[in-house]
Amino acid sequence: MAYAERVLDYYDNPRNVGTLDKTSARVGTGLIHVPEYIEVVRIQIEVSPARHVIMDARFKTFGCGAAIAATSITTEWLKGKTIEEAARLDHMDIVEVLSLPPAKIHCTILIEDAVKTAINDYRHKNGMEPLQEEEEEEEEAERDYELEEEHN
Amino acid sequence: MLKLPIYLDNNATTPCDPRVVEAMLPYFSETFGNASSRNHSFGWAAEAAVDLAREQVAALIGADPKEIIFTSGATEADNLALKGVFEMYADKGNHIITTEIEHKAVLDTCKHLEKLGAEITYLKVNNEGLPDLKELEAAITSKTILVSVMYANNEIGVINPIKEISAIAKKHGVLMMSDISQAAGKVPVDVNREGIDLAAFSSHKLYGPKGVGALYVRRKSPRVKVTAQMDGGGHERGMRSGTLNVPGIVAFGKACELCQQEMEAEGKRLTALRDKLENALLQLEQTFVNGSKTNRLPHATNISFRYVEGEALMMGFNKNLALSSGSACTSASPEPSYVLKGLGLGDDLAHSSIRFGLGRFTTEEEIDYAIQTVTETVNKLREISPLWEMFKEGADMNTIEWSRL
Repeated sequence: MAYAERVLDYYDNPRNVGTLDKTSARVGTGLIHVPEYIEVVRIQIEVSPARHVIMDARFKTFGCGAAIAATSITTEWLKGKTIEEAARLDHMDIVEVLSLPPAKIHCTILIEDAVKTAINDYRHKNGMEPLQEEEEEEEEAERDYELEEEHN
Repeated sequence: MLKLPIYLDNNATTPCDPRVVEAMLPYFSETFGNASSRNHSFGWAAEAAVDLAREQVAALIGADPKEIIFTSGATEADNLALKGVFEMYADKGNHIITTEIEHKAVLDTCKHLEKLGAEITYLKVNNEGLPDLKELEAAITSKTILVSVMYANNEIGVINPIKEISAIAKKHGVLMMSDISQAAGKVPVDVNREGIDLAAFSSHKLYGPKGVGALYVRRKSPRVKVTAQMDGGGHERGMRSGTLNVPGIVAFGKACELCQQEMEAEGKRLTALRDKLENALLQLEQTFVNGSKTNRLPHATNISFRYVEGEALMMGFNKNLALSSGSACTSASPEPSYVLKGLGLGDDLAHSSIRFGLGRFTTEEEIDYAIQTVTETVNKLREISPLWEMFKEGADMNTIEWSRL
């Protein structure tokens, strides 16, 4: 499968690989996997408490080259965003920016989940309400629909 | 000088040997006759060339030239054998026994026959990749007409105990078929010594061109017949109609002859290179050989590198190394190799596998390069792998607290 140059670049030289201290109150961790652990994404954000701006973002991914590249480019995007802005991440934006083929959309769904989980982890540690669930349910319904579409 | 990229996917296909190409070239424009043209020298010359090739192909597997039916490849030969036996022996029964790690050319043909009323038993294999012979014998019924077990597996290179299997089949009066595509020309295959009644193989797996193969059909004790699956001019003793692919057949014959001449020395050379590659890669932690290490082809190994994903691995070196992976990360629920799953591997290890297939033109320098490149890429990807980090921290993978949204 031929990938866009950008995927190869982020795969060859992944930015923001690493580990933040998951016990720190400033750090939110999202560790997500698909069944059978054939794809695992971990995204960590370090947030400045004053305005809830993401100062640093790190990742580790077990998965195909596209998943690695997509997680890396997402961590770059996260830096400098407030957690509210970051929560608006749509996995299709990652698909577009890397020109991923349809077969790789599922990787980006996992990444979106990891980002939102990391934000919620930070919110939880700092006594904030989790991201609104209603929205998530809608998204999940949408995801299920998309997964079905891919199966068909 | 090392020339890149390096080809280590010889289980998929092999390059044509230049000596094979040389042998076939005259049969395109000079000696171009139809081997069935009985009335002029063009036809006679083509027929003579096919006769020689038939002898060369037969000699490779210890068969009589009359027992060789030329086809377009192993897939067609598998189809002809299974469908042809099913049709020909319909009076005797409708039951066929095979294994669940056969090539798709066998499995999908069996699935097709099921729709036509066949009963198929798909034997499970153990973690070495071998079926249980007691289970095989127990599966035979009065309706069983054929046992079909591949000689060597295309993904893991494991060689089946064909002689033992055919002895069981023979004891119960059942025909024995084997897809010998991966083994023919690489290890000694003898249809008489090993009791094979039908054998499918292909030219492009043994340094000949694509588009030509053969089905061996036993003529004596027992005399085996298959119903033709293609109607037409009654070529190949009526079993496979269609004008013979003379250049392809000439090349296939030459390729078989070369394999036979060089097999012993080549087997030793490739075993040494394969072992060097395998031993070097097994130096990496959490790295496993898939399938039996004792009964297998000299040029093949299949290795899982735990905590890195096969497709990501290949992306790391596929500019310079041509390999194949048991991973198939291409859909919402990617199914990894059914062969590795059949051996009992978990999805994670099946997705972490790479198949190495060495060949006639593989050099030691190339193996050294492959060792270095694969080692570096595995190490690099493990640095990116959260599972590797957890493993190194001593986490129990079963009790990790996964995030919930």
